[in-house]
Amino acid sequence: MYEFNYQAPASLADATKAIAAAEDGKLLAGGMTLVPTLKQRLARPSDLIDLGRIAELKAIKVDGGTVTIGAMATHAEVGASAAVQQAIPGLSWLASNIGDPAVRHRGTLGGSISNNDPAADYPAALLALGATIYTTKRQLSAADFFVGMFETALELDEIVTAVSFPIPEKAAYQKFRNPASRYAVVGVFVAKTGGGARVAVTGAGPSVFRVPAFEAALDRSFAAASLDGLTIDAGELNSDIHASADYRAHLVAVFAKRAVAEIS
Amino acid sequence: MPDDAPAALSNGGGIGASVRRKEDFRFLTGQGHFTDDLNRPGQTHAYLLRSPHAHARLDAIDTTRALAAPGVVAIFTGADLAAAGVGGLPCGWLITDKHGKPMVEPPHPVLAQGKVRHVGDPVAVVIAESRDEAQDAAELIDVSYGVLPAAVEATDAIKPGAAQLFDEAPANTCYEWEIGDKSAVDAAFAKAKLVAKLDLINNRLVANPMEPRAAIGEYDTGSGDYTLYTTSQNPHVIRLLMGAFVLHLPEHKLRVVAPDVGGGFGSKIYHYAEEAIVTWASAKVKRPVKWTSDRSEAFISDAQGRDHASHAELAMDENGKFLALRVDTVANMGAYLSTFAPAIPTILYATLLAGTYTTPAIHVAVRAVFTNTVPVDAYRGAGRPEATYLLERLVDVAARVAKLDPAEIRRRNFIPTDAYPYQTPVALQYDSGDYFKTLEMALKTADRDGFEARRADAATRGKLRGMGIATYIEACGIAPSAVAGALGARAGLYETAEVRVHPTGSVTLFTGTHSHGQGHETTMAQLVASGLGVSVDQVEVVHGDTSKIPFGMGTYGSRSLAVGGSAVMKAIDKVVAKGRKIAAHLLEAAEADVEFSDGTFRVSGTDRSKSFAEIAFTAYVPHNYPIDTVEPGLDETAFYDPKNFTYPSGAHVAEIEIDRETGVVEIVKFTAADDFGRIINPMIVEGQVHGGLAQGIGQALYESAIYDKDGQLLTGSFMDYCMPRAANLPMFDVATNVTLCTHNPLGVKGCGEAGAIGAPAAIMNAVADALSPLGDIRVDMPATAAKLWHIIQSHPATHIPAQAAE
Repeated sequence: MYEFNYQAPASLADATKAIAAAEDGKLLAGGMTLVPTLKQRLARPSDLIDLGRIAELKAIKVDGGTVTIGAMATHAEVGASAAVQQAIPGLSWLASNIGDPAVRHRGTLGGSISNNDPAADYPAALLALGATIYTTKRQLSAADFFVGMFETALELDEIVTAVSFPIPEKAAYQKFRNPASRYAVVGVFVAKTGGGARVAVTGAGPSVFRVPAFEAALDRSFAAASLDGLTIDAGELNSDIHASADYRAHLVAVFAKRAVAEIS
Repeated sequence: MPDDAPAALSNGGGIGASVRRKEDFRFLTGQGHFTDDLNRPGQTHAYLLRSPHAHARLDAIDTTRALAAPGVVAIFTGADLAAAGVGGLPCGWLITDKHGKPMVEPPHPVLAQGKVRHVGDPVAVVIAESRDEAQDAAELIDVSYGVLPAAVEATDAIKPGAAQLFDEAPANTCYEWEIGDKSAVDAAFAKAKLVAKLDLINNRLVANPMEPRAAIGEYDTGSGDYTLYTTSQNPHVIRLLMGAFVLHLPEHKLRVVAPDVGGGFGSKIYHYAEEAIVTWASAKVKRPVKWTSDRSEAFISDAQGRDHASHAELAMDENGKFLALRVDTVANMGAYLSTFAPAIPTILYATLLAGTYTTPAIHVAVRAVFTNTVPVDAYRGAGRPEATYLLERLVDVAARVAKLDPAEIRRRNFIPTDAYPYQTPVALQYDSGDYFKTLEMALKTADRDGFEARRADAATRGKLRGMGIATYIEACGIAPSAVAGALGARAGLYETAEVRVHPTGSVTLFTGTHSHGQGHETTMAQLVASGLGVSVDQVEVVHGDTSKIPFGMGTYGSRSLAVGGSAVMKAIDKVVAKGRKIAAHLLEAAEADVEFSDGTFRVSGTDRSKSFAEIAFTAYVPHNYPIDTVEPGLDETAFYDPKNFTYPSGAHVAEIEIDRETGVVEIVKFTAADDFGRIINPMIVEGQVHGGLAQGIGQALYESAIYDKDGQLLTGSFMDYCMPRAANLPMFDVATNVTLCTHNPLGVKGCGEAGAIGAPAAIMNAVADALSPLGDIRVDMPATAAKLWHIIQSHPATHIPAQAAE
């Protein structure tokens, strides 16, 4: 990798100053995407600002109707949290099944959503659960946060601090893993909330999206059979050597049904 | 070895004991010594600038800016090597084509000259104080490429208008070769009642050993001696090829060391450019030069495997008896001829197409083709998996055509157990085997009889269930040197061993084979333990250093035990013969009356004896000794040249389910019944079978090197190149039947490649069987979920008869 200035601020305030001051700084969370990118010399930041020393970003708490997870909580920590498991088992399962154990012990919630890889798991949970993203500048809804492929509403010097998830009546996540990378070829997060059913899909398109037709069907009857015969348009979906757009469209329906079946 | 893990079992750890691998303690505790673990005083680091284009003219290379970069010691290009008289990388096997002309053998420069011919073709080497500095500087080299269209698929590269790699190879053809009696085959087809036909692809694979390649060159300015440390399966072969053909160094001034090697699967047989570069450059910069491949580099610089496109036809009589086989194969060589590449689709493929069957007439035509891809060479099985895959898939098609059970059609055509030695129509003479027995063992363990009930049950769960059979024969322990030479080999194929008995009776065995994971330090020690009656703990096995071991050919083609082990047995015989003379002297008996067993020399019919240790001591402290007729010392070397190939065989049965909704294949059960001849260490054999099966299953379901039309490797990392994982594999049921090899001292046949040979056809026959309710559908490897889903979508079951048609 190329040389860079390494900084490890101990507070969010110092981190904010550091990223604002850097010529071409990058925030380092778990580094699961950034470090391989650096090793392959595909990025050349002037500064790497490591958020790993900021204790306030790691908290996980369940409070009333929400689960709030600090941006630097690792997937393993979320997966191991009894409180998360009790409140939103589907979210717990999602965190416990990202990548492999090495990834789960380094990768973080904040890192994952800030990168917004189209095949990442977490964005589906945020969108399906109607999560709120807290940053050093503001709070955003998941719908506003995820903008496009590897693109979010974050400004360059803005840091995700936590995400709060309203606790649904029930929720489940099912995914079809890329056989090589284990990323989601298609991941479907289904939630039954007070405001109705919500279905969010990751992996299939350029960025996470909801499926209104599936949600309407599930609002009529929250059962896998309600989705029989429903499909999504393959036109906007990703297509690569691992899965065609048609295959992805088909898998969205299959895994939506499997997720609903798990909780109905 | 820790105290609680004795290497030897109660029988002393000889032949037949599952002795724990002596080498595993150091490997499992991180104490192995691999090439990249070595660092030499004053060492510099090499970084290779590689072509980003599959095919381009090298118009100009400007190193001015790079030479000024921090830490740079030297930069060399192809022009520098040419000016210094460095030769091209040699090919070790000459194929003579069907017209009697030698294959086209274009130069393979160590660093590209004039043109680059595949992504990853090395263009320049930067030598610097650190690896990072070398890479930084490489980015400052200005290369003017004149990008050319690429020829990627072999079947496209031979078409008119395709991009041409070499002026001397029209239609990108290296050779057109054939074997067998074409007129006999044509005559048999003319009278055949039934014909089965098949087109298939044998997918290209990336070897991916756990340890990437590495090399360190070191030049002693005082003595003028060179040392190369390298990740090789055969250090003497590297010394010969590099010394004689590339760098023009005599053997006595060149030492090649291959220390612990972490897997090879064939990809570390070959002499690679990087070995020559670091060795040559170490004398230029007068400092050691180290190069270590990273994983991305391995994908575009390690020789790859397989890549055949074939058409095959099998003629039968009305009873499904095979009358003739006709095969036409296009084999992709990649951009240059790797060390043994030309032999793979010919000598090690076409000759295996008789398989386990009595097919009386066979004709095989092979066209080897250059393309703008990474060179292709032997990969676990090397030609034999390609032969088995083609033949066994064709036999399943034949079973459908003849309306016979796949097991029954095989039985009808197996070589009878009393027909050995059996001469095939494609040059090989099998010495022993019993294909009926291994097939029955496999079918019984696989519960063939209960399969249809399981298939019906699976259908109720939305699954397509299938069972696939593959039998195989392979030719290992290549080969009598004279035969190999007549077939084009440019080296001998014997093996060597030196048994050095020490004064107190412990033994060091020097072998010319090279373990890169196979467990030679244990298996070879067991041979000595049995042969000399010493404990396996009293035997140390040394390999991999040309300054220590006698000239040997290394390890590939499941040859180490069949050829190398035979050399060990010959050396042991010499030790015992000499020991008998010494014992006769000490026991005051006639030499002919002294017998040796279980570590004791005894006068026949008496209780007068001397232990092996006593004889060893006497040999080195010859106070009371027949010094006029027997030399002191007990240290014997033997060379063994094989009398034939060995012919391991077996039957593999796969049972799989395809999820109709997703196309995902689950292997429910996998049974392997193999015949490896005599087994020295059953545990190690089982491990070899497991590893081979995993690789065979990887080829069948997951792995594939995919290039785009411009010659870019799309599956250039583990993000896209899918290796099999533990969770993809079932618990294997393995069993062995033993028919001894008749022509080597141990009766051994070899087991290293069998799993990778039998598994692909068994899995794919199971996939085809599972899909049979939808029709007779062509499926090529890998049978990925996406591919199978598309097939299922495009073949709705309701439109096709439930039973497969012809």
